[in-house]
Amino acid sequence: MYQYTNTDQTLVDERVAQFRRQTEQYLKGELSEDHYRALRLRNGVYIQTHAPLLRVAGPYGLLNSKQVRMLAHIARNYDKNYCHFTTRQNIQFNWPKLEQIPDILAELASVQMHSIQTSGNCMRNTTSDHLAGVCVDEIEDPRPYCEIIRQWTTLHPEFDYLPRKFKIAVSGALHDRAATQFHDVGLHLVKNAEGEVGFKVIVGGGLGRTPIIGQIIKPFLEKKHLLSYLEAVLRIYNLYGRRDNKYKARIKILVKESSLAKFSALVEKEWLLLKDTNELIAERIEAMCAQFSMPAYDDLAEADQSFAEHQSTNQAFATWVKHNTADHKVSGYRAAFVSLKAPDSPPGDMTDEQLDAVADLADAYSFGEIRATHRQNLILADIKQADLFPLWQKLLELKLATPNIGTATDMICCPGLDFCSLANAGSIGIAKEINEALDDMDYIHDIGDLKINMSGCMNGCAHQSVGHIGILGVDKKGTEWYQLTLGGSSENNAAIGERLGPAVAKDQVTKAVVTILDVYIKQRQEEESFLDMVNRVGITPFKEQVYATH
Amino acid sequence: MQLIKDQKIIDNTWQYIADNDELKAGDISVSYARWQNDKQSLSAHDGKLGVRISSEDNVDAIADDLERLQLIELDFPDFADGRLFSQAWLLRGRYDYQGEIRAIGQYIPDQVFYLARVGVNAFCPKASEELSGIINNLKDFTVKYQSSIN
Repeated sequence: MYQYTNTDQTLVDERVAQFRRQTEQYLKGELSEDHYRALRLRNGVYIQTHAPLLRVAGPYGLLNSKQVRMLAHIARNYDKNYCHFTTRQNIQFNWPKLEQIPDILAELASVQMHSIQTSGNCMRNTTSDHLAGVCVDEIEDPRPYCEIIRQWTTLHPEFDYLPRKFKIAVSGALHDRAATQFHDVGLHLVKNAEGEVGFKVIVGGGLGRTPIIGQIIKPFLEKKHLLSYLEAVLRIYNLYGRRDNKYKARIKILVKESSLAKFSALVEKEWLLLKDTNELIAERIEAMCAQFSMPAYDDLAEADQSFAEHQSTNQAFATWVKHNTADHKVSGYRAAFVSLKAPDSPPGDMTDEQLDAVADLADAYSFGEIRATHRQNLILADIKQADLFPLWQKLLELKLATPNIGTATDMICCPGLDFCSLANAGSIGIAKEINEALDDMDYIHDIGDLKINMSGCMNGCAHQSVGHIGILGVDKKGTEWYQLTLGGSSENNAAIGERLGPAVAKDQVTKAVVTILDVYIKQRQEEESFLDMVNRVGITPFKEQVYATH
Repeated sequence: MQLIKDQKIIDNTWQYIADNDELKAGDISVSYARWQNDKQSLSAHDGKLGVRISSEDNVDAIADDLERLQLIELDFPDFADGRLFSQAWLLRGRYDYQGEIRAIGQYIPDQVFYLARVGVNAFCPKASEELSGIINNLKDFTVKYQSSIN
């Protein structure tokens, strides 16, 4: 994991000092609301329904135990004893006091963390595959490139006042777990015909109000050109992106309105003037890769017999292993999910006690590292198979072992009307209701792989348009209604969900979801996943049943 | 009126000529549109010449004129409009412009560190009370992650 140099530390310390000054000026009335707003957003501070919200960066989702203990400390001393993990691998605090935020940021800086550019019309936290470096289908570990991009984007002097926010995701595996086709820029590590590894560059994807699948602008970009190419894309976007309408200001609209051919010609022209002056040298890449070298794995991990024994004698453990752990490239190891989707707690939330306990588990079993996933769970990525049983027992006590990863109750959910000033409708309450209706774990496991994403408004923070089942809260004359979509996917087979029909009333949402799942159970073919069935039969069979019951 | 140039407070010796104003003696700055329309007659002016560009303007169109211009003013219509940051970069990085680049208009003192990094070397405050803040903010960071102009 990347360790700060003196430069990194100085930069975050100076950023805290700058924001402290700006906040003091604002509180004294010396800085206008409008100006302070732009500055606080660039430090992750929103003003929400109840209080300011602070969004802390989780660089490509990677945290160490010390940092997680700091999150617990902040939750305990500055907030209401919990925090929230977001779909961009970030961490949110819902109840800090504005005047204390500079102190919180100073505490974060002491453990190499910050909230720089986690909101505002600037380049945001770069996200990546939560199984980076450990998955079996990897071409190359994307994290060194994520860190190079993190540094390049941080306090970039030219691109901090963009037309709109700008998000970059990097994937290094065959299976896209970073939703690269739905980012302003998506980067895929790929091999060319000569066996050389470089980047496939995708541009103009995005979710939100106008979901669009990104298009390939560069099938193969040599690694040394990574930053010059990003610079060219950002300069063209900064100069030509629309600024007259914030709903049309994302790069996806520029690409769509000007056509990919025209946009890419502009980028290419700019890039050719830059590419030889700003090369990413091999030594820098190598030095960065060394920061993410493999931990000291135990060569004998595979020899352990207890793992198999516990699975054969303990059904609950076997179920957890099946659903909440993933294959690891080193034999004798697995990656273990920490489910933040317990039925009785809001998706993605964690208490200070849970945070401290998970930090301890990471130290005991996973080289002190913890990852946040874009489906709002955590992962301990390097668990020896012999340690999975004791780990599971401890996670059970912490209510972090619900065996539901990738299933119906592993919902992505935004904070909704309960916390967010943008929302039209509640989401946490609906998630709870769906959980109550789907209280039979065997039924959930029978349904299998299912992604339900639910957002409380058009901004789509919970990525409802790429949910296998998407639920979008809308406001109809002051009451909360919900639009359902089916068949979305953010993975390799990227697709935007199709509208099922008219929005349904709040008290009908859970019933509609249950009906959709019943149609699937009755009409699926052998081994057919929910998404595969929707792709085969379309929405009609689901539509008939959902609206027949209304 | 005083302003900051190369991190020092100095007196402004340039005169701002609005589009309907008569030219004045001495060093003057005119709008991008006026420069485009009256290039020939302005070139005969006895004094230094400057051009004001705004977000909508395209510096590529004055690239060939830069040798005749001692000042480019970046006239911010709104601090949130970041196009002029790229225009400044293009002036220095692409066209190797050596004259003064001055931020005027609706930029904010909290942006001067970034503006200096993309090549702006002079800052016209909205009020003289801003002068010391601008000088201080130019020193907000002692480190940087990426190359730019400075």
